[in-house]
Amino acid sequence: MKHDNWNGFNGGVWQNEINVRDFIQQNYTPYLDNEEFLAKPTKRTDELMKKVNALFKLERERGGVLDVDTNTVSSLKNYAPGYIDKENELIVGMQTDSPLKRGVNPFGGMRMVKQACEAYGYTLSEKVQNEFRFRTTHNDGVFRAYTDEMRLARKCHVITGLPDAYGRGRIIGDYRRVALYGVDKLIEEKKKDKQNLALSNFDVDQIRLDEELYQQITFLGYLKDMALSYGYDISQPAKNAREAIQWTYFAYLGAIKEQNGAAMSLGRVSTFFDIYIERDLKNSTLTEEKAQELIDDFTIKLRIARHLRTPEYNELFGGDPMWITEAVGGMGEDGRTLVTKSSFRILHSLYNLNSSPEPNLTILWSNALPESFKKYCAKVSIDTDSIQYENDDVMRPIYGDDYAIACCVSAMKVGKQMQFFGARCNLAKLLLIAINGGYDTSSNIHIGPQMPVLDTKNLDYNEVMDRFNIYLDWLSKLYVNTMNVIHYMHDKYAYEKTQMALHDTSVHRFMAFGIAGLSVVADSLSAIKHAKVMPKKDENGFIVGFTREGDFPKFGNDDDRVDLIAKDITHKVITSLRKTPTYRGAEHTLSVLTITSNVMYGKNTAETPDGREASAPFAPGANPMHNREENGALASLNSVAKLSYDDCRDGISNTFSITPDALGKDKEQRKNNLVNILDGYFKKKAHHINVNVLNRETLMKAYENPEDYPNLTIRVSGYAVNFNKLSREQQREVISRTFHQSV
Amino acid sequence: MTEGRIHSIQSLGTVDGPGVRFVVFFQGCPLRCKCCHNPDTWDLSGGKTMTAEEIVEKAKKYVDYFGSDGGITISGGEPLLQCKFATEIFALAHQNGINTCLDTSGCILNDNVKKLLSVTDRVLLDVKYTTDALYRENVGCSIDTPLKFLDYLNKKQIKTTIRQVIIPTINDKVEDAMALKSLLAPYSCVDKIELLSFRKICSVKYDQLKIDFPFKDIPEATAETIEKLNEYLK
Repeated sequence: MKHDNWNGFNGGVWQNEINVRDFIQQNYTPYLDNEEFLAKPTKRTDELMKKVNALFKLERERGGVLDVDTNTVSSLKNYAPGYIDKENELIVGMQTDSPLKRGVNPFGGMRMVKQACEAYGYTLSEKVQNEFRFRTTHNDGVFRAYTDEMRLARKCHVITGLPDAYGRGRIIGDYRRVALYGVDKLIEEKKKDKQNLALSNFDVDQIRLDEELYQQITFLGYLKDMALSYGYDISQPAKNAREAIQWTYFAYLGAIKEQNGAAMSLGRVSTFFDIYIERDLKNSTLTEEKAQELIDDFTIKLRIARHLRTPEYNELFGGDPMWITEAVGGMGEDGRTLVTKSSFRILHSLYNLNSSPEPNLTILWSNALPESFKKYCAKVSIDTDSIQYENDDVMRPIYGDDYAIACCVSAMKVGKQMQFFGARCNLAKLLLIAINGGYDTSSNIHIGPQMPVLDTKNLDYNEVMDRFNIYLDWLSKLYVNTMNVIHYMHDKYAYEKTQMALHDTSVHRFMAFGIAGLSVVADSLSAIKHAKVMPKKDENGFIVGFTREGDFPKFGNDDDRVDLIAKDITHKVITSLRKTPTYRGAEHTLSVLTITSNVMYGKNTAETPDGREASAPFAPGANPMHNREENGALASLNSVAKLSYDDCRDGISNTFSITPDALGKDKEQRKNNLVNILDGYFKKKAHHINVNVLNRETLMKAYENPEDYPNLTIRVSGYAVNFNKLSREQQREVISRTFHQSV
Repeated sequence: MTEGRIHSIQSLGTVDGPGVRFVVFFQGCPLRCKCCHNPDTWDLSGGKTMTAEEIVEKAKKYVDYFGSDGGITISGGEPLLQCKFATEIFALAHQNGINTCLDTSGCILNDNVKKLLSVTDRVLLDVKYTTDALYRENVGCSIDTPLKFLDYLNKKQIKTTIRQVIIPTINDKVEDAMALKSLLAPYSCVDKIELLSFRKICSVKYDQLKIDFPFKDIPEATAETIEKLNEYLK
């Protein structure tokens, strides 16, 4: 197949099949030099950003929500076109008819939408309520099928954060396909797939897929209509850089109009865009300044993406993140770097537009990355605290060189793999339930197999582990089954038509489970093993506290005696989960990631054997517990690096805060040292790290005078937040974290 | 294997020698500098014991982070008090291809110390003041002691960083910086001079140890002062 809009590109198999990776491989230009070529923001960009900042300010003043359209259900074609400043926008498209105005999306669940409207002083219109009166939402479906035990597990918070009341998210459409092929070609291919399906036996799986293809094709049509309302015909391939970015953005916009998933990630677009930018530069139809302007304008669009959430949700996740994750850099399978000038350009938007949590810029780090790019990333981290790093050398052998990150740490091949998101279970609570023989003292709920409370003066490691294993197997089965219900219903009532239309029809599915409280459990088991832990019982004979004699090794000190306990726990969990089959044959995966919910998990968990007090926050993700590190930052990194990515294929999140002084004496040294730290950490096969370079004092000042720090961005577990959008409790927890400082 | 006394280990050191460094703080110091910020390392019988082998085994776990210029640093305390122990650590480090850096006051120079210096890639040498009077008053030894040490480093051409803590009212004048510069001029082994701010975050340690902090009333040195003095060292 040939197309005029492809003139100047090298051909390849990408012309004969949907294959964006091949197009990239045949056409991209690796960039090995430094950042000096980058352009400052244009006057137009500055002025547009000024308008957006004014809107952000107004949004903050109105309690976090600028406006809600309570009359219209969010979808691709339901709003008139919206603009920030029509004449001055290079990339157009809004979720609703006006910037930062939120739509309502009851497909995931009606209750959550109603509550969210009310919390911000709105009432969901009768019209929308009527439209859904005879419609089953995802949430309705799930609760029809939930068993008593599933409800109980939610109620006592041993499994929480499940996507059973809103969109599940964590699916990345290959939005680039729209730019490269145009929508008509995508429809044509999907129609072929549907015809081919007719040849197979029509069992449940095939019938479901057949209907899904029908929906995908319909929504690709809607996507074209949506773009037409903005004056663009996206039926054909994009013919220049501006169109490539615009087409890609329209595809993403269609997805976030249709779905209010927790994490709506972008994928891996910057090097793809670079090919178009290079072609235009070569044709002299674009300058560096204009190229940067396009990237900046696109970034502005991503920064104003919003979903309507309840305040409880925002409190759990620190503001209202969308996890618009863009994977940047990495290496190709042929050994060439995938870093291009546009990898620099998208990072540079953090200077041109000021730092920001979104898009969630994620560097795919490899030892083989060009040194100049490594240094630039380190500089951006030190200056903005807005980016995170994930190990390309660990992921590339598994996912190839065209994968992206959903949410925070979930890798998947773009357009070929998707995941069923499953939040996480509370392992620390599970340990307490196990020793109490099926009783949760913090919620007073009996759950799981009912056994006697462990009856010993000192907790015995083997006895506790035996118990733990029994309860782990019980919870794993319950967890998988609960997920099966959720995702069956989501497919049935809130299927991602736009996003799945931008996947291969035959898609590989992951089912992503998660754990919270790993370091609490590791330290607790270490205390039981290496020190003496005496349980304290209440009047009913349940264990409610502990006393300890002697010291014990703590996770985060590069001490195998406890680090290997942590590693073993993750192995046990995934092995146990695999025993129960999943919906649609999805592959079980596991994450050690809490986002900011570590505060909430801690709040709902009684005292633990490691000495953590009742209700005290857990450490986030895979982090060691705060202030238990005695050997400095690298020891802490080494401990986390021991967790195996093979056991935790959905990611292992580590958040690292260091003061500028501890990183080196001047800017150049800090940059070089950070590069060496990242190189070292990832050579140890670690998976992920968030880097914050800041002083605790800055955070304390921002805590006292939030209005003075509107842009203060910090990395939390797996993503970045605007510090001011964290709850007071989360802010205090962030301040109390270990800051590695010079001695 | 000799056992030595260690105050603590810092797996990420970026201020005691070039690059990313594994820093071993030795226990014990014969000096009682009035500006000392590690009074908890004075007592040679304090801390915990470790063998050189144990320390280097630990350090090896961080080799991946060292990059091209990082390595191991022995600081203290005063490392020269446990000279044989330090020598064993550095010799083992060299066997493992790890760069070695010694942070010292230069208060001892004998055959054992010379042996240690033969396995040292860089010395961070304190030249705390530029006059004998200030040395006797605030350190408790003659200025000749560190200078003799420096003579030896120069003779052996061991790469040397000179460090001085800038203490307001005592050595924070432009003349002090110029005196330091001219004092060091003859020494070609010195490729770097680092001025460090006098800080008082250590007062907590003095309180805990119930020792008087002699410089407790002196203000901390500001970054501006250091920047200004650095201009005169160029």
